[in-house]
Amino acid sequence: MTINRRHLLGASAGLVAAAGLNRFGLSPAFAQGAAPAYKPEEGASLRLLRWVPFVPAEEAAWLANTKKFTEATGVEVRIDKESWEDVRPKAAVAANVGSGPDMVMSWFDDPHQYPDKLVDLTELGEYLGGAHGGWYAGLEGYAKRDGKFIALPLCAIGNAVIYRESHMKAAGFSEFPKDTAGFLELCKALQAKGTPAGFPHGKAVGDGNNYAHWLLWSHGGKMVDESGKVTINSPETLASVKYAQELYKTFIPGTESWQDVNNNRAFLARQVSLTANGVSAYYTALKDPGMKDIADDMRSTNLPIGPVGQSVELHQASTLSIFKHTKYPEAAKAYLQFMYQADSMNAWIEGASAYCCQPLKEFAANPVWKSNPIHAAYAKASDTLRPNGYAGPLGTASAGVMADYVLVDMYATAVTGQMTAEEAIAQAEKRANRYYNV
Amino acid sequence: MSAVSSNSFARSNTAVGLFFMLPAAAFLLCFLTYPLGLGVWLGFTDAKIGRDGIFIGIENYQALARDSVFWMAVYNTVLYTFIASVLKFGFGLWLALILNEHLPFKSFFRAIILLPWVVPTVLSALAFWWIYDAQFSILSWSLMQIGWIDGPINFLGDPNNARASVIAANVWRGIPFVAISLLAGLQTIPQSLHEAASLDGATGWQRFRFITLPMLTPIIAVVMTFSVLFTFTDFQLIYVLTKGGPVNATHLMATLSFQRGIPGGQLGEGAAIAVAMIPFLLASILFSFFGLQRRKWQQGGQD
Repeated sequence: MTINRRHLLGASAGLVAAAGLNRFGLSPAFAQGAAPAYKPEEGASLRLLRWVPFVPAEEAAWLANTKKFTEATGVEVRIDKESWEDVRPKAAVAANVGSGPDMVMSWFDDPHQYPDKLVDLTELGEYLGGAHGGWYAGLEGYAKRDGKFIALPLCAIGNAVIYRESHMKAAGFSEFPKDTAGFLELCKALQAKGTPAGFPHGKAVGDGNNYAHWLLWSHGGKMVDESGKVTINSPETLASVKYAQELYKTFIPGTESWQDVNNNRAFLARQVSLTANGVSAYYTALKDPGMKDIADDMRSTNLPIGPVGQSVELHQASTLSIFKHTKYPEAAKAYLQFMYQADSMNAWIEGASAYCCQPLKEFAANPVWKSNPIHAAYAKASDTLRPNGYAGPLGTASAGVMADYVLVDMYATAVTGQMTAEEAIAQAEKRANRYYNV
Repeated sequence: MSAVSSNSFARSNTAVGLFFMLPAAAFLLCFLTYPLGLGVWLGFTDAKIGRDGIFIGIENYQALARDSVFWMAVYNTVLYTFIASVLKFGFGLWLALILNEHLPFKSFFRAIILLPWVVPTVLSALAFWWIYDAQFSILSWSLMQIGWIDGPINFLGDPNNARASVIAANVWRGIPFVAISLLAGLQTIPQSLHEAASLDGATGWQRFRFITLPMLTPIIAVVMTFSVLFTFTDFQLIYVLTKGGPVNATHLMATLSFQRGIPGGQLGEGAAIAVAMIPFLLASILFSFFGLQRRKWQQGGQD
């Protein structure tokens, strides 16, 4: 315990000194150019808790990078995997009790739930941003708190519309509509042709939240304002709910029970011709000879732009943080620095085959985005990403509102007719206030 | 005085007894009293994951009292427990009575009856998930092939369908426990009673009503207490099938407690929901003790 504390004090003293140097001694250009040098502690070894990979090649690339790091520094890195919904409680408990993994690859606002338990990564974050064309703003929002990096943005798991081109053409559309009004027309036409669309209104952690947040944000609604005051009860939200009700009428029946896997399953089984998903659906179709016609006919595009006039989506965002309880903070920083080197990061993004979208703008040039037309829509994920709980501060309230499915439930109650649009919004407002008014 | 020595002997005997009880007491204290106490305490705080809470009195409970989702979960839990327990009892007793008769391959049937209970809940829940799938349900498919329905049944999408579906899955899974336990009870009933009743000209129904049922009541009380407790605290089935959806129509108190406490990070509120289950559980235990096990015949009197 004493050793831990001494280490910790030493580490934070070092950081303070480094920050001081940066502020007074070094010119920004110099600070940008000079990579911070982290010297791993004697005999250091690390443990990283990460989510179970969606794409095997992504994990292979991450492990290969890790192996190179171990060869270069002698620091062993053990990687533990947990299913993506279990990372949050595991990481929170590790932060709470002060033992367990040294680093965590977590989701959304997780770092903001225990910011004081995380090592300050401002120096590394600013260096990486400067060296690689800057962080994407949305992802940076997840990693920064009060102007300091408490995590490093890792990637956005892109969400995009996938559809059957032949079915769209059969429905009388030569190209995919760009705006929400045209999109509704397309869905109506698809339904008339017996090849309907479908988006999850059930408790789908990823896809359900993606869809609900797009509905809200594309119409200009927001859960809270900048100060964290709940502003969901607005004319914009009402417009979005009304729009969702219209859209829902064109869906295949049963979407209110859909969980995360249902939409791709229905798409690949030819039950729906349009939904939104990660790129994984395409690869499933590609690998199965029986679905070759689906893979050939499949196209991807971004969700249409609503009255708000710009493309905004939630996506899934992941960050990397270092716990303060680690005995080897320098080794952990060296590891992160290594993983964000151009070579490592490019190899990793390529391995993820369009599943993980780059956190730094420089890596948008990665060849993976050009390698297949279906990837193009996913390349913009980091750019269109807007943090959860927009426009308010991130933290336990924003995380709690999402985990409690407040927004997903709001749309689901309204579209299924259990409540009127106004009642559903009022209930969502009440529920959100429980989290924001502590 | 001799009384003193015998007294001190008795006292030292008590001391030894207490000494031997220590490990058990420590075990109970560590693994039962402490977690329960901690849970109750957390319910009175605003603890979040990663942050210790401060005492806020009954604020969590006040908030829950105004929370329509919580009341929906309470309603669902009571409905779920009541219907599922009644069905499990009915089918379980029926099955036990059949298995108690002289059937061919009796041991084989008794063994396979246990299967639903043996399969891990999560696996059977996943199987039910496919059975109830909105697009690929085997039930919908079969009925459509027969031509009874035009489109798939919306098993988990419609609130009442979803409730019925999860209850059916729970009943399927819970019957073996009830059936096998009651079967064990049935086999303790002396055959001579039935023979005597037959000689007196009792019908099958009369023998069931006046011999089997009264003799079985103590077992029924215990089995149903457990069954109600298991059902009331069910989690896995709901979590896999619906996660509480559609729109919280199948949220039980246990699943809501988890959703708010762990993924939502609101430990205090999650604990408060869990603590709110205790009165219901206590009531069902007390009902079983005083309602079912205090029959006069059990105390040597006439019923």
